[in-house]
Amino acid sequence: MIVLKDVLALLDGELLTPASVLDTPFPKVFASDLMSDVLASAEPGALLLTGLANAHVVSTCSVADLAAVVFVQGKRPAPDVVVQALSRNLPLVATRLTMFEACSKIAGLVEDGGHARR
Amino acid sequence: MPAAEPVFRREFPVKGGDFAKAGAAACEIKELLKDLGLDAATVRRAAIVAYEAEMNVIMYAWKARMDLAVSPDEVRLTVDDSGPGIADIELAMTEGYSTATAEMRELGFGAGMGLPNIKRNADVFAIDSEVGRGTRLDITIRTNGHHP
Repeated sequence: MIVLKDVLALLDGELLTPASVLDTPFPKVFASDLMSDVLASAEPGALLLTGLANAHVVSTCSVADLAAVVFVQGKRPAPDVVVQALSRNLPLVATRLTMFEACSKIAGLVEDGGHARR
Repeated sequence: MPAAEPVFRREFPVKGGDFAKAGAAACEIKELLKDLGLDAATVRRAAIVAYEAEMNVIMYAWKARMDLAVSPDEVRLTVDDSGPGIADIELAMTEGYSTATAEMRELGFGAGMGLPNIKRNADVFAIDSEVGRGTRLDITIRTNGHHP
């Protein structure tokens, strides 16, 4: 199963919530900019990739039990959103990769059974 | 057999247009249900229902009262709003149908999944609406329910 540490390495990601546990495992991955779709279809414990970087992302993940968020394409949430995520123990990652590139790399990792491939 | 008397009740006021507080009631409901010792799947379903209902009020209504009542058998959420109401409930229940503005969509909402998603997560779902007055949702989630 992929873990947060792999995601950071693979996506050249920046961890915005420094105290997050790096071996948090993700049984599923979900990608969407629509929080309605996250609420309707994402599974508990999933990693979310999104281009949306507002407070609704953190609330949605809290409500639907998602395990961590990757903001793609250089999007960065405002400091108050990061504070909100910290208070809810939700790891946040920022990457410069596009949604497609990030999904493609993570899909490769999932296919490899969780062993990072560059 | 009638449901057991609620052992816990609380009211949550929600204000239309208050996007800054969006999710506050749902997150509080989730914490309360967790503290009451409900199982994770029931808590998640109730939290999703509460969040979708809260967002609907914020996006479309003027104000609402969300009433949470918890008994050992079920979580009941009643959302009673003052608002424009829904002219065609069947259409509003259709996945993908939405009257959301571009601003709402930019926030990640308004995909036309809210009411269908509430119904999907509920064991009992009732909606009643009057144009020009408001909408009332009555949702029951059984704590021991076998949900698909």
